[in-house]
Amino acid sequence: VKRWLIALVVLVLGRLRRRPRLERERRIVPPGSPDRRAENVVLLLFGCATLCAAAVVVVYAWDAIPDQTQFLGLALGLALAFISAACIVIGKRLVVTEEIEEDYSVPHPDDQSALEQLVEESGDRFTRKRLLFLAGAGAGTALGAALLAPAASLGPVFDVSSLYRTPWRRGVRLVDEAGRALRADDVEEATFYTAYPEHADREQMGAPIVGVRLKPAELRLPQGRHSWAPDGILAYSKICTHAGCAIALYRKPTFPAVEPGPALVCPCHYSTFDVTNGGGVLFGPAGRPLPQLPLAIDGSGQLRAAGNFSGPVGPSWWGVRNHGARS
Amino acid sequence: VIRRTVRYLDERSGAAPFLRKALRYVFPDHWSFLLGEVALYSFVVLVATGIYLTLFFKPSLAPVVYHGSYLPLRGRELSEAYQSTVNISLSVKAGLLIRQTHHWAADVFVAAIVLHLLRIFFTGAFRKPRDLTYYIGITMLGLALLEGYLGYSLVDDLLSGMGLAIGYGVVMSLPFIGANVAQLLWNGPFPGGHDFESRMYMAHILLLPVLIGALILLHLTLVAARHHTQFVAGRATEKKVVGMPTFPAYAPRSLGLAFGVAAVLFLMGGLIQINPIWQWGPYHVSQATNGAQPDWYLGWLIGALRLMPPFEPHVGGYTLAPNPFFGGVLFPTVVFGVLYAWPWLEQRFITRDFRRHDLLDRPRDNPRRTAFGAAFFTWVTTIFIAGAADRLFVSGDVPYLRQVWIFRGGALVFPIVAYVATYRVARRLAKPGRVR
Repeated sequence: VKRWLIALVVLVLGRLRRRPRLERERRIVPPGSPDRRAENVVLLLFGCATLCAAAVVVVYAWDAIPDQTQFLGLALGLALAFISAACIVIGKRLVVTEEIEEDYSVPHPDDQSALEQLVEESGDRFTRKRLLFLAGAGAGTALGAALLAPAASLGPVFDVSSLYRTPWRRGVRLVDEAGRALRADDVEEATFYTAYPEHADREQMGAPIVGVRLKPAELRLPQGRHSWAPDGILAYSKICTHAGCAIALYRKPTFPAVEPGPALVCPCHYSTFDVTNGGGVLFGPAGRPLPQLPLAIDGSGQLRAAGNFSGPVGPSWWGVRNHGARS
Repeated sequence: VIRRTVRYLDERSGAAPFLRKALRYVFPDHWSFLLGEVALYSFVVLVATGIYLTLFFKPSLAPVVYHGSYLPLRGRELSEAYQSTVNISLSVKAGLLIRQTHHWAADVFVAAIVLHLLRIFFTGAFRKPRDLTYYIGITMLGLALLEGYLGYSLVDDLLSGMGLAIGYGVVMSLPFIGANVAQLLWNGPFPGGHDFESRMYMAHILLLPVLIGALILLHLTLVAARHHTQFVAGRATEKKVVGMPTFPAYAPRSLGLAFGVAAVLFLMGGLIQINPIWQWGPYHVSQATNGAQPDWYLGWLIGALRLMPPFEPHVGGYTLAPNPFFGGVLFPTVVFGVLYAWPWLEQRFITRDFRRHDLLDRPRDNPRRTAFGAAFFTWVTTIFIAGAADRLFVSGDVPYLRQVWIFRGGALVFPIVAYVATYRVARRLAKPGRVR
């Protein structure tokens, strides 16, 4: 009974204290009953978030902890997750979820016609509207071109001749990754070798080649290329003619009777080039053969280029000619 | 305190009437309306983590010899860009967490935009008066793809170099001006001058983010100006929008979503490895790796480039239209072209309905739109999956060549199947009828 009385007194006092405010202003947000349990949950969630956020600082500062990235991510992620949960509990349980409505905005016909009138009347004093408009448009276009002109400094926009150029020419020695000359005797069958022109920048599409050795009897090179593969050693550009990736796969026939023939494959879009017939496309999206580099073996058994590639190296462009590259 | 703050602000800005309206702005409630917000909050995380990364990243291709903590690279010559990214990942405390969170946030950002687009498409939310909002959204999707591509291209590891080589091949294939544009952008033939790195960097951290940010602002302004669309339920009509107000009901929910998105992104950034760039090594023109996959949102372009048969028309020894043009230029142009044109196409050829709409369709309410959408997204998805055919070969052991032929056929057949099936299902669901 005593506790009930106390509760009643508290309630009445609370009512008395709140009443004047209620009378003074009309509520905007509709009233709702308190929810102590939800409040406790929010308090707990904020507490957990505080602990996790503090843990981030501790993990960061304490070098002895292994796997810092994982623990930092875990602690920071959990801190954010707890705050997120607290916000959602507040939204769903602690503030009133009212359903209100509002009109979709309607068009403003008066303002529309006023705007139209305004623009029309402003041009009353012009007698040759069209001519003036054309002159203005012409000046605008010319100014646009003038402002764009400096952009041409970005690169050699009108000079595409360099796309045909490669560092290879007759007599250039083939060197491997470490710069050692590649000898014909070193080139074995069933594998492929990456080689570069001696004394040249390797970071250009025209530089890297792949070398492979086949049995001379297997070769079916196009007309005029019969001397290009001494002892069955062939060289092709290492850059795919499709989209410019390096050709990093060699499909060597492990059991030639049933397996498809030897081919160079690009790992980006799987363009597949026949090594026996001068780089013809077997499969995949590439639209033109892999450029072949004519080879020769010099007196000391080292491999040298006997000329330039059979076609332009790297991805095609509109109007690219399909004959040889330039040195 | 509240009264004094409000008075202070209003006397100095005159914003009280505006704020009063803004706090009672109506949000209709449906889970699918949150997808756009997920994209928005991912963008916020992207900007925040991105700013942190700029404090350590060096956008320079100048060669340096690596002497850091990662043994396999020690003594090798790297670019400053690659070295600084390795250092962010392995030497800067919390650097890897921020870098991986940035990368995951980009993946989630694009995913949320795409799901948001699907929701908008299949419910007809793009119709007048929200078509302008929709065009801005499509534009942001395109910019987000480019922004993500530039992001992983900046690192100058093997994967970014390969991605750039393909990008160069695609630019070269642009009609008539491809070679010129490529020379202009790269400052010479690939891999181009050292300036190219700082150009990408400027675009990645300034130009594109500012553009995307400005478009987000415009997008949200237009959304607010026309109010949100809503499904048919309760008192909702074409005249009245019904839902909860910004404050107090909606704000904590949205804030909860914001913290939730950030939580998931940081958990992923800390616990799930993505793009361990130190393993790929530096890029050289003569190197490539097998089975390298770009971020998921470029898969549709990889798929299109791979599926295209070796077709390259010639006229008298001159190449017309290099092959990457079809998969890398024409295909995305068609996809974005259809997306941009759809509101007009639908109005002109399907519904002949030129009125404004504030109520959403359920997908079944417009079977032809839904069937077309299903066909269109099936088409893009088939090509997208084809981009992972080499991974399917590794994990599923289906021969690559056979897969390519299946996907080539599938790209033509699956959309038709999807159209017919979706149309039938939608018609059947709609039959009992619903009077508006």
